[in-house]
Amino acid sequence: MAIARITTFAVDGVSSRRVWVEADIRSGLPAFTVVGLADKAVREARERVRAALVNSGFEFPQKRITVNLAPADLRKIGPGFDLPLAMALLVAGGELAAEAMEGCAVVGELSLTGELRAVRGALAIAEGAHRHGLARLLMPHSRAREAGLVPELAVLGARTLEQAVAIVRGEEEPPAPADEDAHAEDPDPPLDLTDVRGHNALIPALEIAAAGGHNVYLHGPPGTGKTMLARRLPSIMPPLSPAEAIEVTRIRSVVGLHHGGGLVTVRPFRAPHHTVSASGLVGGGSQPTPGEATLAHHGVLFLDELSEFVRPSLEALRQPLEDGHVTIVRGQRVTAFPTRFMLVAASNPCPCGMGDEACRCTAADLARHHRRLSGPLLDRIDVLIAVGRPAAEALRREQAPASSAVRERVVAARERQADRLAVHGLACNAQMSARLLREHAAATPSALRLLYELHDRHRLSARGHGRVLRVARTIADLEGSHGVGPEHVTLATGLRLESAALAAAA
Amino acid sequence: MSACDDCLRRTALIAALSGRLDVEWRRRQVTARVLALPDDALLALGTTAVRRGYAGFDAATARHAAARAQLGLVCRCAPAYPERLRDLADPPAVLHVAGRLPGPAEADAVAIVGARRATPYGLEVARSLGRGLSASGVPVVSGLALGVDSAAHAGALEAPGPVAAVLACGADVPYPASKRRLYADVVRRGCVLSELPPGFGPMRWCFVARNRIIAALSRVVVIVEAAERSGSLTTADFGAELGRTVGAVPGRITCRLAAGTNGLLQSGAPPVCGVRDVLELLADTTGRPVAAAAVPSVPPDLEPGLRRLLAAVEDGRGALGELARTSEEAKVVLAGLGELEFRGLVRRTFGGRYERAAAA
Repeated sequence: MAIARITTFAVDGVSSRRVWVEADIRSGLPAFTVVGLADKAVREARERVRAALVNSGFEFPQKRITVNLAPADLRKIGPGFDLPLAMALLVAGGELAAEAMEGCAVVGELSLTGELRAVRGALAIAEGAHRHGLARLLMPHSRAREAGLVPELAVLGARTLEQAVAIVRGEEEPPAPADEDAHAEDPDPPLDLTDVRGHNALIPALEIAAAGGHNVYLHGPPGTGKTMLARRLPSIMPPLSPAEAIEVTRIRSVVGLHHGGGLVTVRPFRAPHHTVSASGLVGGGSQPTPGEATLAHHGVLFLDELSEFVRPSLEALRQPLEDGHVTIVRGQRVTAFPTRFMLVAASNPCPCGMGDEACRCTAADLARHHRRLSGPLLDRIDVLIAVGRPAAEALRREQAPASSAVRERVVAARERQADRLAVHGLACNAQMSARLLREHAAATPSALRLLYELHDRHRLSARGHGRVLRVARTIADLEGSHGVGPEHVTLATGLRLESAALAAAA
Repeated sequence: MSACDDCLRRTALIAALSGRLDVEWRRRQVTARVLALPDDALLALGTTAVRRGYAGFDAATARHAAARAQLGLVCRCAPAYPERLRDLADPPAVLHVAGRLPGPAEADAVAIVGARRATPYGLEVARSLGRGLSASGVPVVSGLALGVDSAAHAGALEAPGPVAAVLACGADVPYPASKRRLYADVVRRGCVLSELPPGFGPMRWCFVARNRIIAALSRVVVIVEAAERSGSLTTADFGAELGRTVGAVPGRITCRLAAGTNGLLQSGAPPVCGVRDVLELLADTTGRPVAAAAVPSVPPDLEPGLRRLLAAVEDGRGALGELARTSEEAKVVLAGLGELEFRGLVRRTFGGRYERAAAA
């Protein structure tokens, strides 16, 4: 047989696309050509494949070899095409029966000795194989556990090229995936609220934000615990659902943060430095790769020192915040990344951050600080938490409740929201549109009267009105109340963020 | 309100000489002396072009320009001209007025001036002084500049009293531009004044000249923050020369912006530590006591819990963390603050701190 075709997958955004590796061997001067919009790493595959084949005891055909990667319009990048290329050559060279590769996707990088190396995006690739009706996936053993998260797909994890061939020939059983500790992939050790001291008064606000998925703004002088509170937010958010966990794992794997273990079970917490660029934040690059916003999908995106971020980066967050996904257009390619994160922004009251007593900032400094804060981002934040300097006595004595206790209430509130919102495909109150909010708020007449009265007295802007109602809805959910009462509205007004007040200060 | 041809002609002459004045502006005495010269002496300073412009002056055009800029005119020959300005050796020939010129009944004004690059402390003091005076019905005069001046205006606008701003450019020019909203509010609620013709841009000498008008218009001059040898101190000097009472707000001795005000205190200026002090200075000056606006009173029907909360906020414990110890307490406190805010007793700042609201 002088021609062979192997199915493989290329990572595209956070999912994968099917690619065929076609090999043609015919007599002529010995040559090895790869066509089909392959980048440098793929063209270099020729050398790796040649060495790996020979070093694994196979014969490298001294003939004219042409390899085509189809579809030809998709740019192929990375070393994941090494193994499919080698398998295609083996089939075309007659060393391996074409039937052995029937219904089998192949992916993997080769070393010169013939060992298989890990690839990124194993989960996305496995999902692609399953989607295209393939029954088996031949891949590096170190990522077999991750790929095995896809049910009804036989994952053949091989350590070497030789073993890979033996497995598809049916001469050898694929080795079982390494049995790892289930939490090996949890990015950080979980932090608990009990570590927090002196901020007990702020816990209800955090609880409300977590319960409704509301974006939070933490305002306070440096060193008072803004970051500490933000880092513990994932611990009081509901545990990842299986579907969410798969999504989080897939994203981490695609960017190379996942190391072959099982599911990620902890909500992501991403805290990009304020020098991050727009494409670093929302994704980009000539081959669009996910940014921090996508890495924070289903978790928390923490922007510390909000006023220090460059304007374009913050502007770029608009669409992700609004739509829950971001669309990156590069040349002919359009890639969408999911970005359903909870935004937690933090800032000092003034640029020097010394607080009321020792502030050295001039009016102009302050005005600039406030100008940078205001704008599109604050308009999407529902909850403002003022973090003050805790008293020494409080630091000594007060201990916050355990995250698990708070989380229980949050989970219960989320369940109530899900009962209402699941039909719309939403998970929490923060995701409701203005129309849905009107429909589901179930505000009592007295609560509405209170809201309108606040509005009339100019203590609430039209936009603030909706946000207060939204937070009030969450408070009612936390209390297990069907309707939103005036007491929920008063509580919610105490948490609102009015960017108009900021504009006045600037 | 009206202005005679002679005064309008003089205004145009001074505007035409502004380049010359700008060269002299650093020597305040010179500027003042030049502004006090009669027309023919001024003409001798000017170039041929200035003299030609003076000879060919058309008062109708000037009146028309003022009308187009929606400015009222009042010259020093008119009875409506503020009496107090006549104390100056060089009273402005014509006042251009955007808004409504205060009548003689409202004449006992207080000027609040200070540094542009003020500290938050200075801004807060200026704001509360402005608010307190305005609440007591005392007109507040300032220069609309960044920092203390505009904070004083903003404070005064929070209460119902009259406000006046004196500009170092045409009265129709909102300067500084970032304060154009404040400018509009001042025009609506009081008046913006200038001795310069409409459309005239600010030049350096104008600021010193403007300060003499601020000092002359008021009975008491309060300096909130000023560095040594700063422009704000010229207002104090003018005030002292005119026999106005000049008070200063004490600042920290380590603060550069307090050097000027603390210096004034050392040389005998009365310290101003609150609205009450200013009102007393004003009463001493005019001989007529002004009743301080009542401190925002607590409604008698306020329940004890809310009353305690309000007292805590009045003591400066305005952050949630300072008002509650436990999560349960925090919810009660949050709801209470919401209630107090709804009743207009407290105000929530951008940072989430609560402060006692000024009485409406």
